[in-house]
Amino acid sequence: MSKPMKSTAFTMTCALVLVAVFSALILSSVYQLTKEPIQKAKNLRELEAIRDVVYGDFANNPFEERHQISLAHGREKVDLFPARDENGKITSVAIKTYSKNGFGGKIEMMLGLTVDGTINKYKIIDQKETPGLGTKITESRFSDQFHGMNPGKQVFKVKQDGGEIDAVTAATISSRAVVDAIKRGYKALNKLSKGNKHE
Amino acid sequence: MNKTGFENFTRGIVKENPIFVMLLGMCPTLGVTTSALNGLGMGAATLFVLLLSNCAISLVKNLIPNQVRIPCFIVIAATFVTVVDLLMSAYLPTLHAALGIFIPLIVVNCLILGRAEAFASKNNVFQSALDALGMGLGFTIALTLLGLVREILGSGSAFGFSFVQEGAETMLMFIMPPGAFLALAGLIVVFNQLRGTDK
Repeated sequence: MSKPMKSTAFTMTCALVLVAVFSALILSSVYQLTKEPIQKAKNLRELEAIRDVVYGDFANNPFEERHQISLAHGREKVDLFPARDENGKITSVAIKTYSKNGFGGKIEMMLGLTVDGTINKYKIIDQKETPGLGTKITESRFSDQFHGMNPGKQVFKVKQDGGEIDAVTAATISSRAVVDAIKRGYKALNKLSKGNKHE
Repeated sequence: MNKTGFENFTRGIVKENPIFVMLLGMCPTLGVTTSALNGLGMGAATLFVLLLSNCAISLVKNLIPNQVRIPCFIVIAATFVTVVDLLMSAYLPTLHAALGIFIPLIVVNCLILGRAEAFASKNNVFQSALDALGMGLGFTIALTLLGLVREILGSGSAFGFSFVQEGAETMLMFIMPPGAFLALAGLIVVFNQLRGTDK
């Protein structure tokens, strides 16, 4: 077996540079190769999430009617996708909303609301909560309780904070984050419908 | 397969099992094994990266000066982890959604660097591949077992199939970090009894 190369300043620099250059080449080509499929898979996932959370079927392509709504003086942005029936009337909306207060950081969800703000259901798109604890916010045992609630008409808080929502055992922070995300989506819907009246 | 090849393959599964005997890569082990499927997924992803990095390192081992070998090995491993991450999110989006947060963790798994340093930098490609397969399998088996034990005790389910009533009281502690240590200690006792300690 031949011996490894001698460690001189020159060979060390060469080895490090070569390894770095090769890695960069491989990574950039794989990135270019996968960029489009990743975006496609992401769009498909979002469209599926929209289909999942809105009431019934829709005749339009909500993806093409994306509204971006800024809240809190432009510091927060959420996307709103209207679902229309055959006559072009908006039946419900899907809102891609988020909360930064999750236990593991940002939680992103697709939220389905009727036009008056009643919740149909939500679907978590991205979360980094503790597996087995905080991740229960994605399960129907927790999420089903939101169906039919309206953040504008109820004390929309978890029980620990004096509200009506049962938090996941040992994951109150994750549950609060879900409530926070839903409230943000509700605000966005309100802002849009107010805006429309002025028009 | 000659005798040394066979030994290199089986060593990682029983005699030098990375989890139960060597106690390598404890961070992902304790962190992600909250369910059997999480353990299996993490194990499979690690096996794949370990195989690639072991082969690559044993190919270039004579070109890398001794004093800079560790940064080179880490860059090679990180490159493969990122490639796996990108490819998975492009072509296997559902699997990626389930494993997403575990993939980047593989870079810092000392099993990868440990095998590169202890084996791949001293042996040929074929033996290094066998070593990686054995170690990776041993790691996968250990993680799946640990996840299974914690899932059964903590969530009352196995591989996602629940066998207790909804809302039943389970030993929630086993899902949380302290439970990981307890379950691992118990498994090591059992494993060492079965193996027969060779003092």
